[in-house]
Amino acid sequence: MMPLFAQVSSSGLSVEPHWYMALAAILFAIGAAGLLLRRNALVMFMSIELMLNAVNLTFVAADTGIGSIEGQISVLFVMVVAAAEVTVGLAIIVAVFRKRATASVDELSGLKG
Amino acid sequence: MVEVILFVIVALTAIAGAVTMVSVRNPVYSAMGLLLTMFSMAVFYVMNNAHFVAAVQVLIYAGAVMTLFLFVIMLIGVDQVIDTDENIPFQRPMAIGLGGALVFLLVIAARAAWITGRSSGVCSIDCNGTIENVSEELFGAWLLPFEATVLLLTIAAVGTIALAQFVARPRLVDATEDEQ
Repeated sequence: MMPLFAQVSSSGLSVEPHWYMALAAILFAIGAAGLLLRRNALVMFMSIELMLNAVNLTFVAADTGIGSIEGQISVLFVMVVAAAEVTVGLAIIVAVFRKRATASVDELSGLKG
Repeated sequence: MVEVILFVIVALTAIAGAVTMVSVRNPVYSAMGLLLTMFSMAVFYVMNNAHFVAAVQVLIYAGAVMTLFLFVIMLIGVDQVIDTDENIPFQRPMAIGLGGALVFLLVIAARAAWITGRSSGVCSIDCNGTIENVSEELFGAWLLPFEATVLLLTIAAVGTIALAQFVARPRLVDATEDEQ
């Protein structure tokens, strides 16, 4: 078994791409936990943004690992989609707030039988 | 060695920002925590030679997206009472447990990728993420997806305007009336 984080190369300790992978995994899990924990729609939305950012970090780190630039192109596309998603999502949150005067997703039980 | 120290400091900053975002009550502080994480991400991009992506990260995410978030937080008010009673039993411990399980799973999954080690690092093109190299790739092989994002952004803008218009119009059935 290899040690998880410490990998000593010939020229001393250096930052390897898998360090970024582990960090991105931690950030993604914090985002997922935030999505499950919080009831405020805005904070849930920020958690989704955090998860998208973690995935972007894996793209860029994998680029360094395999010696390519296409992951950075993917990051740009993820950013565009995230920007579009934020625009529509925040518009929906504002629309819901105007109708219900709340940003808590627990209050939105209109479809509950 | 300097790179390792920088990585550890910025990684701890990013995790602290993320934990702040999830744990604090006030949504404004949540936004500030996410802002900290996003700036840390920009540092990581620079460390991976993705200079253009780092600039876009600061401009789009830390600039535009977080401003939009703060604007909406101000619009719908920050001084609301947040109820702490849980509708789902054991929601908090379950969410934290699932988050920990997800870290474990993702690290195990990522190990499969990293035990193969670093490749030779030979690029077919110059893989320094300058604006020239990124745009050459983006407007070459990735031109059609790039055009598709134009369509996506147009649809998003139209959809947002439609949502704003739709709410402003008076409705026949008011959903809030039969609840209150």
